Amino acid sequence: MSNPRTFQIQEISAHPGPVPGAGTQRAVQVCKYIDVSTCIGCKACEVACVEWNDHPFRETTFNDTYQTMPSTEWNYWNLIKFAEDERDGNLMWLMRKDQCMHCEDPGCLRACPADGAIIKYENGIVDFQQENCIGCGYCISGCPFDIPKFNEKTRKVYKCTLCSDRVGQGLEPACIKACPTGCLHFGTKDEMVQIAGLRAKQLQEHSGFAAAGVYDPPSIGGTHVIYVLHDINNPERYGLPKTPVIPPSYTYWKWLAKPTGLLLAGLGVLAVFFHRITVGPKLPQPEVPPIESRPDPVEAKRKEQP
Amino acid sequence: MSTSVDRFDERARREVERIGQTVVHRGELLRHPVYTRVLHWLVAISFILSLLSGFAIYSPWLYRFLTPLFGGGPMTRFLHPWFGLLFEVFFLFQFLNWFTPMVWNKDDTRWMKRIRQYATNTERVEPEDVGFFNGGQKLYFWAIVISAVLFLITGILMWFDNLTPRWVVAVSYVIHDIAGLVMLAGFVIHIYEGTAAQPGTFRAMTNGTVTEKWAWTHHPAWYRAITGRNARESYERERRRMTDRERAIQEWERDHDAHDQV
Repeated sequence: MSNPRTFQIQEISAHPGPVPGAGTQRAVQVCKYIDVSTCIGCKACEVACVEWNDHPFRETTFNDTYQTMPSTEWNYWNLIKFAEDERDGNLMWLMRKDQCMHCEDPGCLRACPADGAIIKYENGIVDFQQENCIGCGYCISGCPFDIPKFNEKTRKVYKCTLCSDRVGQGLEPACIKACPTGCLHFGTKDEMVQIAGLRAKQLQEHSGFAAAGVYDPPSIGGTHVIYVLHDINNPERYGLPKTPVIPPSYTYWKWLAKPTGLLLAGLGVLAVFFHRITVGPKLPQPEVPPIESRPDPVEAKRKEQP
Repeated sequence: MSTSVDRFDERARREVERIGQTVVHRGELLRHPVYTRVLHWLVAISFILSLLSGFAIYSPWLYRFLTPLFGGGPMTRFLHPWFGLLFEVFFLFQFLNWFTPMVWNKDDTRWMKRIRQYATNTERVEPEDVGFFNGGQKLYFWAIVISAVLFLITGILMWFDNLTPRWVVAVSYVIHDIAGLVMLAGFVIHIYEGTAAQPGTFRAMTNGTVTEKWAWTHHPAWYRAITGRNARESYERERRRMTDRERAIQEWERDHDAHDQV
Protein backbone atom coordinates (compact mmCIF):
# COMPACT_ATOMS: atom_id res chain seq x y z
CA MET A 1 0.00 0.00 0.00
CA SER A 2 1.20 3.47 -0.79
CA ASN A 3 2.15 5.83 1.94
CA PRO A 4 -0.88 8.09 2.47
CA ARG A 5 1.41 11.11 2.34
CA THR A 6 2.94 10.26 -1.04
CA PHE A 7 0.48 12.39 -3.02
CA GLN A 8 0.25 15.20 -0.56
CA ILE A 9 1.13 18.44 -2.44
CA GLN A 10 4.52 19.77 -1.49
CA GLU A 11 5.03 22.71 -3.89
CA ILE A 12 2.76 24.58 -6.29
CA SER A 13 4.03 26.57 -9.27
CA ALA A 14 3.35 30.32 -9.28
CA HIS A 15 1.19 29.98 -6.16
CA PRO A 16 1.11 32.94 -3.82
CA GLY A 17 1.32 32.05 -0.14
CA PRO A 18 1.83 28.71 1.57
CA VAL A 19 0.75 25.36 0.14
CA PRO A 20 -2.77 24.64 1.39
CA GLY A 21 -2.83 21.66 3.70
CA ALA A 22 0.95 21.39 3.97
CA GLY A 23 2.20 19.37 6.89
CA THR A 24 -1.14 17.73 7.64
CA GLN A 25 -0.80 14.22 8.95
CA ARG A 26 -3.23 11.41 8.96
CA ALA A 27 -4.16 10.15 12.41
CA VAL A 28 -3.43 6.44 12.45
CA GLN A 29 -4.32 5.48 16.01
CA VAL A 30 -7.65 3.70 16.02
CA CYS A 31 -10.01 3.29 18.94
CA LYS A 32 -13.24 1.62 19.91
CA TYR A 33 -15.44 3.60 22.24
CA ILE A 34 -18.12 1.82 24.27
CA ASP A 35 -20.85 3.79 25.97
CA VAL A 36 -22.08 1.42 28.69
CA SER A 37 -24.99 3.78 29.49
CA THR A 38 -26.70 3.02 26.18
CA CYS A 39 -25.92 -0.68 25.99
CA ILE A 40 -29.12 -2.78 26.20
CA GLY A 41 -27.36 -6.14 26.46
CA CYS A 42 -28.81 -7.48 23.19
CA LYS A 43 -25.60 -9.42 22.41
CA ALA A 44 -25.75 -8.57 18.70
CA CYS A 45 -22.03 -7.76 18.95
CA GLU A 46 -21.35 -11.24 20.34
CA VAL A 47 -23.08 -12.83 17.37
CA ALA A 48 -21.36 -10.52 14.87
CA CYS A 49 -17.98 -11.40 16.39
CA VAL A 50 -18.62 -15.14 16.22
CA GLU A 51 -19.89 -14.84 12.63
CA TRP A 52 -17.14 -12.62 11.27
CA ASN A 53 -14.37 -14.68 12.84
CA ASP A 54 -16.04 -17.88 11.70
CA HIS A 55 -16.19 -19.39 15.18
CA PRO A 56 -18.61 -22.22 15.81
CA PHE A 57 -21.28 -21.64 18.45
CA ARG A 58 -19.68 -23.21 21.45
CA GLU A 59 -21.19 -24.81 24.53
CA THR A 60 -21.99 -22.36 27.30
CA THR A 61 -22.29 -22.44 31.04
CA PHE A 62 -25.47 -21.09 32.55
CA ASN A 63 -24.93 -19.63 35.99
CA ASP A 64 -28.20 -17.83 36.73
CA THR A 65 -27.37 -14.66 34.85
CA TYR A 66 -28.12 -13.22 31.45
CA GLN A 67 -24.46 -13.62 30.58
CA THR A 68 -23.77 -16.03 27.71
CA MET A 69 -20.89 -17.65 29.63
CA PRO A 70 -18.76 -16.82 32.66
CA SER A 71 -15.84 -15.33 30.71
CA THR A 72 -14.54 -14.84 27.20
CA GLU A 73 -13.14 -17.98 25.62
CA TRP A 74 -10.51 -18.84 23.02
CA ASN A 75 -13.23 -18.82 20.33
CA TYR A 76 -15.62 -16.37 22.01
CA TRP A 77 -13.86 -13.02 22.08
CA ASN A 78 -16.73 -10.69 22.74
CA LEU A 79 -18.96 -11.04 25.82
CA ILE A 80 -21.49 -8.75 27.43
CA LYS A 81 -20.94 -8.90 31.17
CA PHE A 82 -23.96 -8.36 33.35
CA ALA A 83 -23.68 -7.11 36.92
CA GLU A 84 -26.44 -6.29 39.39
CA ASP A 85 -25.58 -3.18 41.32
CA GLU A 86 -27.31 -0.66 43.54
CA ARG A 87 -27.86 3.03 43.10
CA ASP A 88 -29.81 5.10 45.66
CA GLY A 89 -31.39 1.94 47.03
CA ASN A 90 -32.58 0.81 43.60
CA LEU A 91 -31.36 -1.94 41.36
CA MET A 92 -28.95 -0.85 38.69
CA TRP A 93 -28.25 -3.35 35.96
CA LEU A 94 -24.80 -2.87 34.49
CA MET A 95 -23.92 -4.24 31.07
CA ARG A 96 -20.43 -4.01 29.75
CA LYS A 97 -19.06 -5.38 26.51
CA ASP A 98 -15.89 -7.27 27.49
CA GLN A 99 -13.13 -7.91 24.97
CA CYS A 100 -9.44 -7.18 24.43
CA MET A 101 -8.61 -3.61 25.44
CA HIS A 102 -5.69 -3.26 22.99
CA CYS A 103 -3.46 -1.55 25.56
CA GLU A 104 -0.93 1.02 24.45
CA ASP A 105 1.55 -0.88 26.66
CA PRO A 106 0.35 -4.47 26.22
CA GLY A 107 1.15 -6.81 29.14
CA CYS A 108 0.68 -9.86 26.91
CA LEU A 109 3.34 -8.62 24.50
CA ARG A 110 5.72 -7.74 27.35
CA ALA A 111 5.38 -11.24 28.83
CA CYS A 112 5.61 -13.24 25.58
CA PRO A 113 8.92 -15.14 25.17
CA ALA A 114 8.28 -16.29 21.57
CA ASP A 115 9.69 -14.30 18.68
CA GLY A 116 6.83 -12.81 16.68
CA ALA A 117 3.90 -14.36 18.53
CA ILE A 118 2.38 -11.03 19.56
CA ILE A 119 2.59 -7.86 17.51
CA LYS A 120 1.29 -4.34 17.95
CA TYR A 121 0.45 -2.31 14.89
CA GLU A 122 1.09 1.40 14.45
CA ASN A 123 -2.65 1.92 14.72
CA GLY A 124 -2.63 0.44 18.23
CA ILE A 125 -4.16 -2.96 17.50
CA VAL A 126 -2.50 -5.82 19.42
CA ASP A 127 -2.65 -9.02 17.44
CA PHE A 128 -1.64 -12.62 18.19
CA GLN A 129 0.20 -14.58 15.49
CA GLN A 130 -0.72 -18.15 16.36
CA GLU A 131 1.86 -19.69 14.02
CA ASN A 132 4.60 -18.28 16.27
CA CYS A 133 2.82 -18.96 19.58
CA ILE A 134 4.44 -21.66 21.73
CA GLY A 135 1.54 -21.92 24.17
CA CYS A 136 3.42 -21.07 27.36
CA GLY A 137 0.56 -18.95 28.69
CA TYR A 138 2.74 -16.10 29.99
CA CYS A 139 0.51 -13.60 28.13
CA ILE A 140 -2.45 -14.77 30.23
CA SER A 141 -0.52 -13.83 33.36
CA GLY A 142 0.67 -10.56 31.79
CA CYS A 143 -2.82 -9.35 30.86
CA PRO A 144 -4.56 -7.08 33.42
CA PHE A 145 -7.98 -7.82 31.89
CA ASP A 146 -7.92 -11.66 31.75
CA ILE A 147 -8.41 -11.70 27.98
CA PRO A 148 -6.05 -14.19 26.26
CA LYS A 149 -7.46 -17.72 26.38
CA PHE A 150 -5.67 -21.01 25.87
CA ASN A 151 -6.92 -23.70 23.49
CA GLU A 152 -5.98 -27.13 24.87
CA LYS A 153 -6.24 -28.74 21.45
CA THR A 154 -4.07 -26.43 19.36
CA ARG A 155 -1.98 -25.40 22.41
CA LYS A 156 -2.14 -21.78 21.29
CA VAL A 157 -3.61 -18.63 22.80
CA TYR A 158 -6.35 -16.56 21.13
CA LYS A 159 -8.10 -13.24 21.67
CA CYS A 160 -9.99 -10.39 19.99
CA THR A 161 -8.09 -8.88 17.04
CA LEU A 162 -10.15 -5.66 16.93
CA CYS A 163 -10.98 -7.08 13.47
CA SER A 164 -7.55 -6.10 12.19
CA ASP A 165 -8.51 -7.76 8.90
CA ARG A 166 -11.54 -5.46 8.52
CA VAL A 167 -9.76 -2.35 9.80
CA GLY A 168 -6.96 -2.98 7.29
CA GLN A 169 -9.55 -2.66 4.55
CA GLY A 170 -11.01 0.53 5.94
CA LEU A 171 -13.99 -1.14 7.62
CA GLU A 172 -15.13 -0.91 11.22
CA PRO A 173 -14.90 -3.99 13.50
CA ALA A 174 -17.82 -6.44 13.19
CA CYS A 175 -19.19 -5.67 16.66
CA ILE A 176 -19.48 -1.96 15.83
CA LYS A 177 -21.43 -2.73 12.67
CA ALA A 178 -23.93 -4.89 14.54
CA CYS A 179 -24.73 -2.53 17.45
CA PRO A 180 -28.37 -1.38 17.19
CA THR A 181 -28.28 1.36 19.83
CA GLY A 182 -25.16 3.14 18.68
CA CYS A 183 -23.41 2.56 21.96
CA LEU A 184 -20.38 1.27 20.02
CA HIS A 185 -18.22 3.68 18.08
CA PHE A 186 -15.05 3.31 16.08
CA GLY A 187 -12.63 5.93 14.78
CA THR A 188 -9.35 7.60 15.56
CA LYS A 189 -8.22 7.68 19.16
CA ASP A 190 -8.41 11.51 19.42
CA GLU A 191 -11.91 11.57 18.04
CA MET A 192 -13.16 8.81 20.31
CA VAL A 193 -11.64 10.36 23.42
CA GLN A 194 -13.34 13.61 22.48
CA ILE A 195 -16.85 12.23 21.94
CA ALA A 196 -16.51 9.97 24.97
CA GLY A 197 -15.64 13.07 26.99
CA LEU A 198 -18.72 14.86 25.66
CA ARG A 199 -20.94 11.91 26.51
CA ALA A 200 -19.51 11.74 30.04
CA LYS A 201 -20.22 15.44 30.48
CA GLN A 202 -23.76 14.93 29.20
CA LEU A 203 -24.30 12.13 31.73
CA GLN A 204 -22.96 14.36 34.50
CA GLU A 205 -25.05 17.39 33.62
CA HIS A 206 -28.30 15.96 32.35
CA SER A 207 -28.70 12.47 33.73
CA GLY A 208 -27.53 12.89 37.31
CA PHE A 209 -24.45 10.70 37.05
CA ALA A 210 -22.08 13.15 38.73
CA ALA A 211 -19.19 10.66 38.66
CA ALA A 212 -19.52 9.68 34.99
CA GLY A 213 -16.21 9.54 33.16
CA VAL A 214 -14.03 7.99 30.49
CA TYR A 215 -12.13 4.78 31.23
CA ASP A 216 -8.79 5.05 29.43
CA PRO A 217 -6.36 3.86 32.15
CA PRO A 218 -3.04 5.76 32.05
CA SER A 219 -1.23 3.04 34.04
CA ILE A 220 -0.84 1.06 30.80
CA GLY A 221 -0.45 4.12 28.57
CA GLY A 222 -4.15 4.21 27.74
CA THR A 223 -6.14 1.66 25.76
CA HIS A 224 -7.48 1.45 22.23
CA VAL A 225 -10.84 0.40 23.62
CA ILE A 226 -12.32 3.04 25.92
CA TYR A 227 -15.50 3.12 27.99
CA VAL A 228 -17.83 5.77 29.31
CA LEU A 229 -18.85 4.54 32.76
CA HIS A 230 -21.63 5.83 35.03
CA ASP A 231 -19.16 5.90 37.89
CA ILE A 232 -15.54 6.31 36.87
CA ASN A 233 -14.36 6.08 40.50
CA ASN A 234 -15.50 2.48 40.82
CA PRO A 235 -14.68 0.64 37.59
CA GLU A 236 -14.59 -2.58 39.66
CA ARG A 237 -18.41 -2.51 39.63
CA TYR A 238 -18.19 -3.25 35.91
CA GLY A 239 -15.45 -5.82 36.37
CA LEU A 240 -12.70 -3.47 35.27
CA PRO A 241 -9.53 -2.96 37.33
CA LYS A 242 -9.12 0.55 38.70
CA THR A 243 -5.40 0.60 37.99
CA PRO A 244 -4.51 -2.15 35.54
CA VAL A 245 -0.84 -3.10 35.88
CA ILE A 246 1.56 -5.43 34.16
CA PRO A 247 3.40 -7.60 36.73
CA PRO A 248 6.99 -6.30 37.12
CA SER A 249 8.14 -9.83 36.25
CA TYR A 250 7.43 -9.01 32.62
CA THR A 251 8.82 -5.49 32.66
CA TYR A 252 11.72 -4.73 34.98
CA TRP A 253 12.64 -8.34 35.62
CA LYS A 254 12.39 -9.46 32.01
CA TRP A 255 14.10 -6.52 30.35
CA LEU A 256 16.60 -5.61 33.06
CA ALA A 257 17.32 -8.41 35.51
CA LYS A 258 17.23 -11.25 32.98
CA PRO A 259 19.87 -9.86 30.61
CA THR A 260 21.95 -8.86 33.65
CA GLY A 261 21.79 -12.43 34.93
CA LEU A 262 22.82 -13.70 31.54
CA LEU A 263 25.69 -11.24 31.37
CA LEU A 264 26.89 -12.34 34.82
CA ALA A 265 26.73 -15.96 33.71
CA GLY A 266 28.84 -15.08 30.65
CA LEU A 267 31.33 -13.26 32.84
CA GLY A 268 31.40 -16.31 35.11
CA VAL A 269 32.45 -18.51 32.20
CA LEU A 270 35.15 -16.00 31.29
CA ALA A 271 36.29 -15.83 34.92
CA VAL A 272 36.63 -19.60 35.05
CA PHE A 273 38.59 -19.60 31.81
CA PHE A 274 41.02 -16.95 33.04
CA HIS A 275 41.30 -18.68 36.40
CA ARG A 276 42.71 -21.63 34.48
CA ILE A 277 45.11 -19.33 32.59
CA THR A 278 46.33 -17.33 35.60
CA VAL A 279 46.02 -19.51 38.71
CA GLY A 280 46.23 -22.84 36.91
CA PRO A 281 45.12 -26.31 37.90
CA LYS A 282 45.41 -28.06 41.27
CA LEU A 283 47.40 -31.18 40.49
CA PRO A 284 47.66 -34.24 42.73
CA GLN A 285 50.71 -33.61 44.92
CA PRO A 286 53.65 -33.98 44.66
CA GLU A 287 53.42 -33.22 40.96
CA VAL A 288 57.09 -32.95 39.94
CA PRO A 289 60.25 -33.77 41.86
CA PRO A 290 61.36 -30.58 43.60
CA ILE A 291 64.66 -29.23 42.38
CA GLU A 292 66.94 -28.68 45.36
CA SER A 293 68.75 -25.64 44.05
CA ARG A 294 65.38 -23.90 43.68
CA PRO A 295 63.37 -24.39 46.89
CA ASP A 296 59.61 -24.66 46.56
CA PRO A 297 58.26 -21.17 47.38
CA VAL A 298 54.84 -22.43 48.43
CA GLU A 299 56.26 -24.95 50.90
CA ALA A 300 58.75 -22.41 52.25
CA LYS A 301 55.95 -19.96 52.97
CA ARG A 302 53.87 -22.66 54.65
CA LYS A 303 56.73 -23.53 57.01
CA GLU A 304 57.26 -19.90 57.95
CA GLN A 305 53.73 -19.69 59.31
CA PRO A 306 53.20 -21.17 62.78
CA MET B 1 12.13 -39.50 54.70
CA SER B 2 9.86 -42.47 55.01
CA THR B 3 11.25 -45.93 55.48
CA SER B 4 9.61 -47.26 52.31
CA VAL B 5 11.55 -44.77 50.20
CA ASP B 6 14.70 -45.73 52.04
CA ARG B 7 14.18 -49.36 51.27
CA PHE B 8 13.41 -48.70 47.61
CA ASP B 9 16.54 -46.59 47.25
CA GLU B 10 18.56 -49.33 48.93
CA ARG B 11 17.15 -51.98 46.62
CA ALA B 12 17.87 -49.92 43.50
CA ARG B 13 21.38 -49.39 44.77
CA ARG B 14 21.95 -53.13 45.22
CA GLU B 15 20.43 -54.01 41.84
CA VAL B 16 22.60 -51.53 39.97
CA GLU B 17 25.73 -52.58 41.84
CA ARG B 18 25.12 -56.16 40.70
CA ILE B 19 25.02 -55.11 37.02
CA GLY B 20 27.96 -52.76 36.97
CA GLN B 21 31.46 -53.06 38.21
CA THR B 22 34.28 -50.85 39.33
CA VAL B 23 37.86 -52.04 38.87
CA VAL B 24 40.22 -50.62 41.48
CA HIS B 25 43.88 -50.92 40.50
CA ARG B 26 46.88 -50.69 42.81
CA GLY B 27 47.50 -47.15 44.01
CA GLU B 28 43.85 -46.28 43.42
CA LEU B 29 40.85 -45.81 45.69
CA LEU B 30 37.16 -46.41 45.02
CA ARG B 31 35.51 -42.99 44.90
CA HIS B 32 32.03 -43.48 43.42
CA PRO B 33 30.30 -46.87 43.02
CA VAL B 34 28.31 -47.70 39.85
CA TYR B 35 24.96 -46.69 41.33
CA THR B 36 26.22 -43.22 42.18
CA ARG B 37 27.83 -42.77 38.76
CA VAL B 38 24.72 -43.86 36.87
CA LEU B 39 22.60 -41.51 38.97
CA HIS B 40 25.05 -38.66 38.50
CA TRP B 41 24.92 -38.92 34.72
CA LEU B 42 21.14 -39.33 34.61
CA VAL B 43 20.86 -36.18 36.71
CA ALA B 44 23.42 -34.47 34.46
CA ILE B 45 21.69 -35.35 31.18
CA SER B 46 18.22 -34.36 32.39
CA PHE B 47 19.69 -31.20 33.92
CA ILE B 48 21.42 -30.13 30.70
CA LEU B 49 18.23 -30.76 28.69
CA SER B 50 16.22 -28.74 31.20
CA LEU B 51 18.82 -25.99 31.24
CA LEU B 52 18.96 -25.60 27.46
CA SER B 53 15.21 -25.82 26.89
CA GLY B 54 14.62 -23.50 29.85
CA PHE B 55 17.08 -20.86 28.73
CA ALA B 56 15.51 -21.00 25.26
CA ILE B 57 12.36 -19.53 26.80
CA TYR B 58 14.26 -17.48 29.39
CA SER B 59 15.32 -14.67 27.13
CA PRO B 60 14.43 -13.38 23.65
CA TRP B 61 18.17 -13.27 22.88
CA LEU B 62 18.53 -17.01 23.44
CA TYR B 63 15.18 -18.02 21.95
CA ARG B 64 16.28 -18.24 18.33
CA PHE B 65 19.53 -20.04 19.15
CA LEU B 66 18.20 -22.66 21.51
CA THR B 67 14.67 -23.51 20.34
CA PRO B 68 15.88 -25.18 17.08
CA LEU B 69 17.71 -27.74 19.24
CA PHE B 70 14.38 -29.09 20.43
CA GLY B 71 12.39 -28.79 17.21
CA GLY B 72 11.10 -25.25 17.50
CA GLY B 73 9.37 -23.04 20.08
CA PRO B 74 6.19 -25.05 20.73
CA MET B 75 8.16 -28.30 21.07
CA THR B 76 10.66 -26.66 23.43
CA ARG B 77 7.81 -25.40 25.57
CA PHE B 78 6.18 -28.83 25.53
CA LEU B 79 9.36 -30.71 26.45
CA HIS B 80 10.79 -28.41 29.12
CA PRO B 81 8.41 -29.42 31.94
CA TRP B 82 9.01 -33.10 31.21
CA PHE B 83 12.79 -32.67 31.19
CA GLY B 84 12.41 -30.83 34.48
CA LEU B 85 10.29 -33.58 35.96
CA LEU B 86 12.84 -36.17 34.87
CA PHE B 87 15.57 -34.15 36.58
CA GLU B 88 13.48 -33.94 39.76
CA VAL B 89 12.99 -37.71 39.87
CA PHE B 90 16.65 -38.56 39.24
CA PHE B 91 17.83 -35.95 41.69
CA LEU B 92 15.49 -37.29 44.35
CA PHE B 93 17.41 -40.56 44.19
CA GLN B 94 20.74 -38.74 44.23
CA PHE B 95 19.50 -36.80 47.26
CA LEU B 96 18.68 -40.03 49.10
CA ASN B 97 22.01 -41.49 48.01
CA TRP B 98 24.13 -38.54 49.13
CA PHE B 99 22.11 -37.11 51.97
CA THR B 100 24.41 -38.55 54.67
CA PRO B 101 27.86 -37.57 53.33
CA MET B 102 26.52 -34.11 52.45
CA VAL B 103 25.49 -33.18 56.01
CA TRP B 104 27.10 -29.87 56.88
CA ASN B 105 29.56 -29.76 59.80
CA LYS B 106 32.13 -27.49 61.45
CA ASP B 107 34.89 -28.58 59.06
CA ASP B 108 32.85 -27.27 56.15
CA THR B 109 32.34 -23.92 57.83
CA ARG B 110 36.11 -23.74 58.31
CA TRP B 111 36.58 -24.72 54.66
CA MET B 112 34.28 -21.90 53.53
CA LYS B 113 36.33 -19.41 55.55
CA ARG B 114 39.44 -20.30 53.61
CA ILE B 115 37.74 -20.44 50.20
CA ARG B 116 40.00 -17.64 49.02
CA GLN B 117 43.12 -19.70 49.67
CA TYR B 118 41.41 -22.64 47.98
CA ALA B 119 40.60 -20.67 44.85
CA THR B 120 44.09 -19.20 44.55
CA ASN B 121 45.92 -22.53 45.11
CA THR B 122 47.88 -21.18 48.07
CA GLU B 123 48.40 -24.60 49.57
CA ARG B 124 49.74 -27.75 47.94
CA VAL B 125 47.43 -30.13 49.77
CA GLU B 126 44.08 -29.53 51.44
CA PRO B 127 43.85 -29.20 55.25
CA GLU B 128 43.59 -32.40 57.31
CA ASP B 129 39.86 -31.96 58.02
CA VAL B 130 38.57 -32.07 54.42
CA GLY B 131 36.49 -35.22 54.13
CA PHE B 132 34.77 -37.12 51.32
CA PHE B 133 33.11 -33.91 50.12
CA ASN B 134 34.53 -30.46 50.81
CA GLY B 135 32.50 -27.42 51.83
CA GLY B 136 32.15 -26.19 48.25
CA GLN B 137 30.76 -29.48 47.04
CA LYS B 138 28.29 -29.55 49.90
CA LEU B 139 27.25 -25.98 49.19
CA TYR B 140 26.55 -26.89 45.57
CA PHE B 141 24.60 -29.96 46.65
CA TRP B 142 22.37 -27.99 49.01
CA ALA B 143 21.93 -25.23 46.43
CA ILE B 144 20.62 -27.89 44.04
CA VAL B 145 18.31 -29.30 46.71
CA ILE B 146 16.79 -25.87 47.39
CA SER B 147 16.62 -25.01 43.70
CA ALA B 148 15.03 -28.37 42.86
CA VAL B 149 12.28 -27.74 45.40
CA LEU B 150 11.72 -24.21 44.06
CA PHE B 151 11.78 -25.45 40.45
CA LEU B 152 9.21 -28.10 41.24
CA ILE B 153 6.76 -25.80 43.03
CA THR B 154 7.01 -22.82 40.67
CA GLY B 155 7.24 -25.06 37.63
CA ILE B 156 3.99 -26.85 38.40
CA LEU B 157 2.28 -23.52 39.09
CA MET B 158 3.36 -22.24 35.66
CA TRP B 159 2.65 -25.54 33.94
CA PHE B 160 -0.98 -25.46 35.04
CA ASP B 161 -1.33 -21.72 34.70
CA ASN B 162 -5.02 -21.97 33.82
CA LEU B 163 -5.58 -23.00 37.43
CA THR B 164 -3.08 -20.55 38.91
CA PRO B 165 -3.86 -16.89 39.65
CA ARG B 166 -2.09 -14.41 37.40
CA TRP B 167 0.11 -12.90 40.11
CA VAL B 168 1.19 -16.30 41.39
CA VAL B 169 2.40 -17.14 37.89
CA ALA B 170 4.24 -13.82 37.67
CA VAL B 171 6.03 -14.44 41.00
CA SER B 172 6.80 -18.06 40.10
CA TYR B 173 8.33 -16.82 36.87
CA VAL B 174 10.89 -14.75 38.79
CA ILE B 175 11.68 -17.46 41.35
CA HIS B 176 12.11 -20.05 38.58
CA ASP B 177 14.55 -17.68 36.86
CA ILE B 178 16.59 -17.03 40.00
CA ALA B 179 16.86 -20.76 40.70
CA GLY B 180 17.93 -21.27 37.09
CA LEU B 181 20.65 -18.64 37.30
CA VAL B 182 21.97 -20.06 40.58
CA MET B 183 22.08 -23.51 39.02
CA LEU B 184 23.83 -22.18 35.92
CA ALA B 185 26.51 -20.51 38.02
CA GLY B 186 27.02 -23.65 40.11
CA PHE B 187 27.08 -25.78 36.97
CA VAL B 188 29.86 -23.73 35.37
CA ILE B 189 32.02 -24.01 38.50
CA HIS B 190 31.16 -27.70 38.90
CA ILE B 191 32.30 -28.58 35.37
CA TYR B 192 35.46 -26.50 35.73
CA GLU B 193 36.41 -28.05 39.06
CA GLY B 194 35.68 -31.53 37.77
CA THR B 195 37.82 -31.20 34.66
CA ALA B 196 40.35 -28.46 33.91
CA ALA B 197 40.83 -27.13 37.44
CA GLN B 198 41.63 -30.49 39.04
CA PRO B 199 43.13 -33.04 36.68
CA GLY B 200 42.43 -36.57 37.88
CA THR B 201 38.95 -35.75 39.14
CA PHE B 202 36.81 -36.57 36.11
CA ARG B 203 37.66 -40.28 36.23
CA ALA B 204 35.93 -40.49 39.61
CA MET B 205 32.65 -40.22 37.70
CA THR B 206 33.68 -42.46 34.79
CA ASN B 207 35.87 -45.27 36.13
CA GLY B 208 34.77 -44.60 39.67
CA THR B 209 38.30 -44.53 41.02
CA VAL B 210 40.91 -41.92 41.89
CA THR B 211 44.62 -42.19 42.60
CA GLU B 212 45.84 -42.15 46.18
CA LYS B 213 47.81 -39.05 45.32
CA TRP B 214 44.59 -37.33 44.29
CA ALA B 215 42.89 -38.45 47.48
CA TRP B 216 45.53 -37.11 49.89
CA THR B 217 45.75 -33.88 47.92
CA HIS B 218 42.06 -33.02 47.74
CA HIS B 219 40.34 -35.02 50.50
CA PRO B 220 42.88 -35.82 53.25
CA ALA B 221 40.35 -36.79 55.91
CA TRP B 222 38.67 -39.24 53.52
CA TYR B 223 42.11 -40.64 52.60
CA ARG B 224 42.86 -41.19 56.25
CA ALA B 225 39.50 -42.79 56.94
CA ILE B 226 39.83 -45.24 54.07
CA THR B 227 43.55 -46.15 54.24
CA GLY B 228 44.35 -45.46 57.88
CA ARG B 229 47.36 -43.39 56.85
CA ASN B 230 47.96 -39.74 57.51
CA ALA B 231 47.63 -37.68 54.33
CA ARG B 232 50.41 -35.24 55.21
CA GLU B 233 52.81 -38.05 55.99
CA SER B 234 51.96 -39.92 52.80
CA TYR B 235 52.54 -36.76 50.86
CA GLU B 236 55.89 -36.07 52.55
CA ARG B 237 57.02 -39.66 52.02
CA GLU B 238 56.10 -39.55 48.36
CA ARG B 239 57.96 -36.28 48.07
CA ARG B 240 61.09 -37.78 49.67
CA ARG B 241 60.86 -40.79 47.37
CA MET B 242 60.61 -38.58 44.32
CA THR B 243 63.52 -36.45 45.51
CA ASP B 244 65.66 -39.52 46.14
CA ARG B 245 64.80 -40.95 42.78
CA GLU B 246 65.58 -37.66 41.06
CA ARG B 247 68.90 -37.43 42.88
CA ALA B 248 69.79 -41.01 41.90
CA ILE B 249 69.01 -40.24 38.27
CA GLN B 250 71.08 -37.08 38.35
CA GLU B 251 74.03 -38.95 39.86
CA TRP B 252 73.75 -41.71 37.30
CA GLU B 253 73.68 -39.16 34.49
CA ARG B 254 76.68 -37.31 35.93
CA ASP B 255 78.65 -40.59 36.09
CA HIS B 256 77.75 -41.43 32.56
CA ASP B 257 78.64 -37.95 31.28
CA ALA B 258 82.02 -38.27 33.01
CA HIS B 259 82.44 -41.75 31.57
CA ASP B 260 81.57 -40.54 28.06
CA GLN B 261 84.09 -37.71 28.31
CA VAL B 262 86.80 -40.16 29.25
